[in-house]
Amino acid sequence: MKLNSSSIHQLRQKLAAGELTSVALTRACLERIAATNGKVNSFITVCEKEALAAAEVADRRIAAGDAAPLTGIPLAVKDIFNTLDVRTTCGSKILDNYISPYDATVIAKLREQGAVIVGKLNMDEFAMGSSSENSAAGPVLNPWDLQRVPGGSSGGSAAAVAAGQVPATLGTDTGGSIRQPASHCGVVGLKPTYGRVSRFGVIAYASSLDQVGPLAGNVEDCALLLGAVAGYDPADSTSVDTPVPDYLASLKEGVKGKKIGLPKEYFIEGLDPDVKKAVAATIATYQQLGAEVIEVSLPHTDYAVACYYLIATAEASSNLARYDGVRFGVRKDAGEGLIDMYRQTRAAGFGDEVKRRIMLGTYALSSGYYDAYYLKAQKVRTLIREDFFAAFEQVDLLLTPVAPTPAFKIGEKVNDPLQMYLSDIFTIPVNLAGTCGISLPCGMSHEGLPIGLQLLGKPFAEAEILQAAWAFENATDWGGKFPEL
Amino acid sequence: MKISREEVEHVARLARLALEPTELDELTGQLDAILGYVDKLNELDTQGVEPTAHAVPMENAFREDQVQASIGIERALQNAPSTADSCYQVPKVIE
Repeated sequence: MKLNSSSIHQLRQKLAAGELTSVALTRACLERIAATNGKVNSFITVCEKEALAAAEVADRRIAAGDAAPLTGIPLAVKDIFNTLDVRTTCGSKILDNYISPYDATVIAKLREQGAVIVGKLNMDEFAMGSSSENSAAGPVLNPWDLQRVPGGSSGGSAAAVAAGQVPATLGTDTGGSIRQPASHCGVVGLKPTYGRVSRFGVIAYASSLDQVGPLAGNVEDCALLLGAVAGYDPADSTSVDTPVPDYLASLKEGVKGKKIGLPKEYFIEGLDPDVKKAVAATIATYQQLGAEVIEVSLPHTDYAVACYYLIATAEASSNLARYDGVRFGVRKDAGEGLIDMYRQTRAAGFGDEVKRRIMLGTYALSSGYYDAYYLKAQKVRTLIREDFFAAFEQVDLLLTPVAPTPAFKIGEKVNDPLQMYLSDIFTIPVNLAGTCGISLPCGMSHEGLPIGLQLLGKPFAEAEILQAAWAFENATDWGGKFPEL
Repeated sequence: MKISREEVEHVARLARLALEPTELDELTGQLDAILGYVDKLNELDTQGVEPTAHAVPMENAFREDQVQASIGIERALQNAPSTADSCYQVPKVIE
């Protein structure tokens, strides 16, 4: 068995049978990271010592017959999660020296299960970006083609799985930041419903949109990891107190009798021909599996990107006010007083895209423009949400492409922010609506780049989109592919 | 022009960002293009539409007012660039 392409499911069996130890498995992951990180740059921090110590504890726990589903499994997390006594940079120079004084709730949950956290993954600075090029740690490269971006902002989380460095990771998704990189790297990524997973200890970008979710090499592992981190958290007032179903138990129920909607606004001109073909082919698969596929309409789709970039940047400008060189981070002080210290610290610490979004958001919230931009966007958000709820009265789930094209080349869009923003056109609406979505492999472009399929579900219908994703994965050969590296 | 260079300078002051003249020039063009794009929201009549501030409608989240463990002074200060007497230290505010 090749460890670096094994599923968590397979690894659990080996660990339980005593054929493999967590220490050996963790060492294999650390070796794989050492051998490949120079190529893909997916890790910002590798926690070798802590990981091996956690693996030893896990091995004792397994030997004692006390294993939880993730005990002894090596995982890695986006560098946006506070991780006790580990450096947490969020891809930014301004947090270059920040050592987390506590664990995010999701990290604490992974530790309780005995999972082995091997490191922190590279990302667009403060999760702002669609290509993982905006990182103080340098860009992440796509394991399928090192000339191309892995998508973003959770580019390291997707690339680490595709590169076989770890079997699964955690990311965050504000406008597609789990699903779009999953699509570009040929892995599975799920954005849960807003409120499903605690955001306590997750560095905030846009608080009404941010959500934590899993990325993995297959649907089952994604379901397992979601189950491990989901649930109400009193420390996050936006988490929702609704029971977490057993996602694995219902995974194989199939899609017979389900109604799947194709939003006609997502099959537009400008959609890459390979993407169009691959996604169209999934329709026949679902029909063969017993689902009924009908066309539906989400009429305000075309306004989602504009709406998102006002709401997200407005919230970001407020959230990022905390980086002022007082309580944490790198201070820059020329001795010209407090206000100047703030200005110098922020100018030196933030990258271009973060500055751009803070500027746009500050403008949208500023006196005289609030109604025209921010309030207007919030009203349009209502229309976009209502589109989804109307569609979900007709169908159980929606099927769309994840991104208009396969992974683009490094540097291709860095000088044109608007073009970069438009690459999120199919992933943004569901963040605005607050419901859930999953991205899974459904084809390859003629250049050998992965293409993703997106399934969108009703609020808290993660079990349903996982079922539909599992049914597709098992009816086709597109899942579980790893590039040569 | 949706936004002038003077307005960009003003916003940079509000955002507490010391930007170089070249950055201000570049941002003026980029923000102008983005604001031109987001103008498309005005194609929609939103009269009478309630704004959505949160994806999940929620009331205030209350809990019992009980004393709970906190991370403590040492942990809270461990990342501060400058501290004095268990406090964060900042440059002089009032001369």
